[in-house]
Amino acid sequence: MTEIVMSQTPPILHGPSEKERKYDRQLRLWAASGQAALESANILLVNSGAGTVGVETLKNLVLPGIGRSAIYDDETVTEADLGVNFFLEESSLGKSRSQNLTELLLELNPEVQGSWYPNEDIKSLESLLSSPSVFTVILYTNPIKPEYLSLLESYSQKHKTPLVAIHSAGFYSYFQINLPGAFPIVDTHPDETATTDLRLLAPWPELVGFAKDLTRDIDNLSDFEHGHLPYVVILLHYLEKWKADHGGSCPSTYKEKTEFRSIVQKAARTDNAEGGEENFDEAAAAVLKTLVVPSLPSGLKEVFEYEHAEPAEQKSGFWLIADAVKKFYEKHQSLPLPGKVPDMKAQSKVYIQLQNIYKAKARQDAAEILETVQATPGGEDIDPAEVDLFCKNAAFVKLINATGGKIKRADRLKEVAAQEAVSDEMAEMTLQPLSLLPIYLALQPTAHVSSGDKISADGILEGVAKLVPGAEENERVVQAAHEVARAEGGELHNVAALVGGMVAQELIKIVTKQYIPIDNTCVFDGINSRTQVLRL
Amino acid sequence: MATDAQVFPASEPARWTYLDKIRTRPGPFTNRDLFEGKNVAENMEKMKVLVIGAGGLGCEILKNLSMSGFKDIHVIDMDTIDLSNLNRQFLFRHADVGKSKAEVAANFVMKRVKGVKITPHNCMIQDFDEDFYMQFQFVVCGLDSIEARRWINATLVNMVDEEIEDSYKPLIDGGTEGFKGQARVILPTVTSCIECQLDMHAPRAAVPLCTLASIPRQPEHCIEWAHVIAWENEKPFPKLDNDDPAHINWLYQKALLRAMEFNISGVTYSLTQGVVKNIIPAIAATNSVIAAACCNEALKIASNCAPCLGFPDNNYMMYSGNDSIYTYTFKHEKKDDCPVCGNLARELAVDPAWTLQELIDSFAARPEAQLKKPSVRAEGRTLYMQFPPSLEQQTRPNLEKKLTDLGLEQGQEIGVTDPAFATVSFKFKLKFTKKT
Repeated sequence: MTEIVMSQTPPILHGPSEKERKYDRQLRLWAASGQAALESANILLVNSGAGTVGVETLKNLVLPGIGRSAIYDDETVTEADLGVNFFLEESSLGKSRSQNLTELLLELNPEVQGSWYPNEDIKSLESLLSSPSVFTVILYTNPIKPEYLSLLESYSQKHKTPLVAIHSAGFYSYFQINLPGAFPIVDTHPDETATTDLRLLAPWPELVGFAKDLTRDIDNLSDFEHGHLPYVVILLHYLEKWKADHGGSCPSTYKEKTEFRSIVQKAARTDNAEGGEENFDEAAAAVLKTLVVPSLPSGLKEVFEYEHAEPAEQKSGFWLIADAVKKFYEKHQSLPLPGKVPDMKAQSKVYIQLQNIYKAKARQDAAEILETVQATPGGEDIDPAEVDLFCKNAAFVKLINATGGKIKRADRLKEVAAQEAVSDEMAEMTLQPLSLLPIYLALQPTAHVSSGDKISADGILEGVAKLVPGAEENERVVQAAHEVARAEGGELHNVAALVGGMVAQELIKIVTKQYIPIDNTCVFDGINSRTQVLRL
Repeated sequence: MATDAQVFPASEPARWTYLDKIRTRPGPFTNRDLFEGKNVAENMEKMKVLVIGAGGLGCEILKNLSMSGFKDIHVIDMDTIDLSNLNRQFLFRHADVGKSKAEVAANFVMKRVKGVKITPHNCMIQDFDEDFYMQFQFVVCGLDSIEARRWINATLVNMVDEEIEDSYKPLIDGGTEGFKGQARVILPTVTSCIECQLDMHAPRAAVPLCTLASIPRQPEHCIEWAHVIAWENEKPFPKLDNDDPAHINWLYQKALLRAMEFNISGVTYSLTQGVVKNIIPAIAATNSVIAAACCNEALKIASNCAPCLGFPDNNYMMYSGNDSIYTYTFKHEKKDDCPVCGNLARELAVDPAWTLQELIDSFAARPEAQLKKPSVRAEGRTLYMQFPPSLEQQTRPNLEKKLTDLGLEQGQEIGVTDPAFATVSFKFKLKFTKKT
């Protein structure tokens, strides 16, 4: 057997291409599919104010190879720009800021296309937004002209384009992601350790048969065979015994599980050369983690219960598959099997057989779901690969912005302010860090002030009082107002670079539909080096 | 109020207008006992700061420090630029591949930012002595090696002389992996140090040799087999070079054949390279976050315009961007039994039936030790020395002996040294896990 296999020649090597080598360190995070999504994205930055945080964001998107980037910026370069923005140089002074930024950013990656506005052909933001080029995401930085903001908001609504606001002043910053509707993610990249789903409490016939075959004569197995039983098989064997002694039920309470664990541990042979058995150690260690009655994960529950705001949304691949998975769950009281088996001590052949049993069941579940999808109007053309991915990740599917737009932001802000005030009062007892909402509140009144204008702490507090009446009395809000006033609209390069990094991460997640983006506002406090995500 | 306070610019008022508003004027959180606004800008222009690493974090750190008003920066990096650096190390271009990272990075930033002087050192940190490190006000590290971090940490802790204020050199350290990272501030002997925090960066568990040799189950097992066993047996090239595609290809082909033999799927060229080189995924965005978090602390340390990490409480910021954004900023406590900055011996759980060889092998895997070439002494007696060869030969017979036969007892203190950290003697107190 070995000879036959060894004489086969492995496929001829096609070493990685130059592009794969250049992007190697990021392809390990989001794979070729994520890279393709990134390369077809077209991003617009509407830049104003001190103008650095948005540019630092773009830097982190140009480097990994975003498709196209555009900058709209009315300003000309001043000397103050050279003290905060790395992508401008002496020779830029007095010239168009958008042009000079674009030129120096594009040096970072020849594969990225870039454009800058206003230029000879497109002289205003309005004409840019009415041009045929459709943007994947739009970023803008505060302080922004109110008329620009309303142009962007209506564009975002019309084209269903995610709109991201960023504000950075001195040590403080926040950014806010406005998604055009519910945003589901399947490829959430959960931690490996969280994904183990072995179904030991509800094994299917093939798995039961496999375990029985291996353990039929367990006491007479050689030390080698006994010491290489996969822990899945060990647990299934002793579960059968337990059920026989307990009227057919599995260990369910903590006490029963620890009792079961010690039964498993005691079954290890200790009279062998090693004085114990690693596979039995693994089995005992897995008892509490794997003997759990599965419940519907909260992320998926939200998907199942989601009510569509628009009928068109319902026909997307994601929702058709989600409906089929819901039907599957209602019928079987379990999710489709992901089919992954963690590494465990076992002989190679036995482990591969076990792996195949799980894979076969996973394929069977996915096929049932695919059948349901294809029987639904509009589901005929769904890519089976999309169904497979959903089935593998079903327990970790996540819905962002599920209630987006249902409550007005102004009301929502008051509600969150009240919640944060309550949790701050208990912070000493709960040992939770204090809310960063005061920073967001103090930055809000300066969202439309140009960087040249001075705004006093008192002026800021007046603005806060209009947003959340009473908040202007809060001592932490007063301090935050003074800190914002100290910056006079100026940016610190470090804070701009830090927040530019966070925003770029978020945009990568949104564009690739991988990992989980924030929902929906992130506040950064550069004095205490801390962030908080708030749903506003 | 703060907003009325005067601004104190230094040599270029117009250029640093935003920065000066923050660094030369107090805010509501500024410690007025430490802060002297009118000296800040001028002092910062005179400060000499050291950056270790000119890679993903290092490029960002050099940019950030130059944009924070520092004018005299040194940078150490012994590496040359590789194609796979270009997705994040933004001071390098395709034409720079093969050149010194420290030199290219320094030249780029000097060309871009007027008035900053950056001195590159294309060598190892171990090439310099304490006199060299003493000239800097603080050190910012952007490294991918735990060993280099531990070395500079031990060096800076050793340099502390309680009588001389200037001998305390703050160490600001960043690290990233994928969408995650951390930034921390260490004030040698005052706060918890890198060695105190070592167990937070546990080494990856090694796959047992018998799994590789006879019962592989995962594609990684096949690759490790090719790397550890097949290479040694066949020696297809005189010395394994992880950066040579021909060498990686040889390992890949070997691993693939082995995988086919055992019906294991998933061996790819990329995975082979990842396992053999222990590649950590890295992106520009995360480096941007962590490097800026470090330099934000540098600005605060240099100016006192706001409290920095490490004084008095939180000294560590953990960042994770995989699932939403989560930061945890906390105080990592100094450890009395830290071999570098503490004075107590650390407890070491050992099986008394072990041979000295087994004890020595165990140091590499222990999260709190991570020593690859340890030499061991006990109560003035040398039990085993790795160097020099004559002493090694003389002490080698001890390796076969059991700990108890060497006269070691429960509670006994042993001293361990490792050439990677020449200045440190790791003190351990034996704690037997079984009765003798």
